[in-house]
Amino acid sequence: MSTLPSPAAAPAAPHPDQAAPDKLTPLLERWRKVPGGLLPLLHEVQAAFGYVPSSTVPRIARALGLSRAEVHGVISFYHDFRSQPPAQHRLRVCQAESCQAMGSRELTAGLEQRLGCTLDQPRADGTWALESVYCLGLCAASPALMLDGQLHARVGLAQAEALIQQTEELRA
Amino acid sequence: MSTTLYVPNDSVAQALGADQLAAALQFHALRRGAPIRLVRNSSRGLFWQEPLLEVATPAGRVGYARVSADQVPALFEAGLLHGGAHPSCIGLVDQLDWLRRQERLTFARAGLTDPLSLDDYAEHGGWAGLRRAFELGPAGCVDEIAQSGLRGRGGAAFPAGIKWRTVADQSAAPKYVVCNADEGDSGTYSDRMAMEGDPYQLIEGMAIAAYAVGASRGYIYLRSEYPQAIAIMGQALERARQAGWLGERVAGSDLAFDIELRVGAGAYICGEESALLESLEGKRGLVRARPPLPAVRGLFGQPTLVHNVVSLATVPVIFARGAAFYADYGAGRSRGTLPIQLAGNLRTPGLVEKAFGVSLRELIEDFGGGTASGRPVKAVQIGGPLGAYLSAAQLDLPLEYETLAQHQAMVGHGGIVVFDDRADMAELARYAMHFTAIESCGKCTPCRIGAVRGRELIERMQREPGQPERAAELEALCEVMEHASLCALGGMTPYPVRSAIRLFPADFGLPRPDPAKETSDVE
Repeated sequence: MSTLPSPAAAPAAPHPDQAAPDKLTPLLERWRKVPGGLLPLLHEVQAAFGYVPSSTVPRIARALGLSRAEVHGVISFYHDFRSQPPAQHRLRVCQAESCQAMGSRELTAGLEQRLGCTLDQPRADGTWALESVYCLGLCAASPALMLDGQLHARVGLAQAEALIQQTEELRA
Repeated sequence: MSTTLYVPNDSVAQALGADQLAAALQFHALRRGAPIRLVRNSSRGLFWQEPLLEVATPAGRVGYARVSADQVPALFEAGLLHGGAHPSCIGLVDQLDWLRRQERLTFARAGLTDPLSLDDYAEHGGWAGLRRAFELGPAGCVDEIAQSGLRGRGGAAFPAGIKWRTVADQSAAPKYVVCNADEGDSGTYSDRMAMEGDPYQLIEGMAIAAYAVGASRGYIYLRSEYPQAIAIMGQALERARQAGWLGERVAGSDLAFDIELRVGAGAYICGEESALLESLEGKRGLVRARPPLPAVRGLFGQPTLVHNVVSLATVPVIFARGAAFYADYGAGRSRGTLPIQLAGNLRTPGLVEKAFGVSLRELIEDFGGGTASGRPVKAVQIGGPLGAYLSAAQLDLPLEYETLAQHQAMVGHGGIVVFDDRADMAELARYAMHFTAIESCGKCTPCRIGAVRGRELIERMQREPGQPERAAELEALCEVMEHASLCALGGMTPYPVRSAIRLFPADFGLPRPDPAKETSDVE
């Protein structure tokens, strides 16, 4: 049974510099005195902007009493943090061993063909990104994937293609 | 009089359409004028049966397996609300052999309760452990955990009692309790299941630990790949706080303790405790050199007790029922129960909680139902992506720390991933190096560079079979990675690689080893 995914809440991206004073200030106020607050702050910045604009780095650093290099190092270290706007749709396919045992390699290859892009390299038109994820914890129902934040398990290629089709039809 | 229906709120159930099923049940019940009470319960851990719809009847809860939303009208016609006959019906869930043959202690409530209901938790034995902890006093608690024989369930299997005593003995304040919920290992899901299905048990375990060691603050570091666990854990913390189980006077006692939930950001290395602490401090997740141990100087430079989810979730039952009760389970130095997570190519995968000592064959064949493909088992990986592979000939080994260690394998987090005879072990070994290369924190050369070279070497072996000198090169590289890496990521990557080559040389284009040489190696 295919599940209709809810469309991604893609933020209509105003220019980050324009939006930054309004969206960023309350986040900085909330986290600047919390011990170890940089990671939760970056999560909230990404939730607000869709990614972590490089223009926010100096202000984050100043608010938290860190150097820009330290903030940049954290952003680049963690796979979740993006420095560029994301694709409209993100399809994350689990690549870990349990999903491999149940055909995730073949599923991934099929999806690369269907979407016309290579794993972990977003499509040039910015519509789709096919990404590796290492374990969604759905190992007893492999293969598993996450489409725009929605989990799907026991996924064969036909079902995955149906999900993509539904997502694209919703967009049209 | 309404009938109670249960639809799991677990990630697997959700990923298989449980939310749509719940909506359909509400809709069709309303249309039929049939009053129902729908509970989003925790999962029983019978994952091949999900979504598992259960109906409360006078005889007990009747289960319907793999139910989809479009089957709901037919189910109502079949007398769903009375446990009526239907092809998906599996009978009384409590009577299933798969469940009855287990020894669930940590997961005793799995499937029974609404995870977010404080009343449900209390009615099913919740908070009894905390109350007894207060009676024992902090020193008594440390003794109790030591006597239980509990070892960390996150992989390293370090005795919990030693950790607790070390933190308790530190005079520095404040102290912290940190829950490592960054379970990123392939084939493991017990942490996810514990947090999604029984969040108050984890909170209670952390409160007991905090009381014992003198900590005032707790952190749960939860991986970002578990959105449902994040949502449920966040709500549970809020409700526990409002109900007084967290805060200035926990349960009216002198204990001041609160817990903050922090979400990780996709770095596997942050499952390593010192990298996790760095991440909680808002830094890159680099591995710290030891000493000092986190118990002496951990989070923000303070004494910190770090435990995995299942270790902390097991604490309440130990206190509620006593250390001796828990220690009585198991074999040898492996005391208590282990939640074993069956995954991969299996017909009936799910969570099996058993005392240590159960054989791999029983787990894979009896509980796991053999391969989903029907083909023979070729290899089994135990303990996550850094766990060694075992061959089909080794399935009579017991799941036990010492015995597996003698066979260069490990229990790890209790995950078991099964592969059938189509598995390409060279490709899996290459993947292990590839995974480590991606996830390395970059701090130490053997891991950062070694994993890349290892991947290249194996790729060369795949392209040009029949070159034994490559195997020797790979072995030398594994030696360096094992002994010179700063943490388990680089240090344990050789385990899946070496075991794959040793047990399945043909997949690497290598001849089978000389039987005489093999014998001498074993000696």
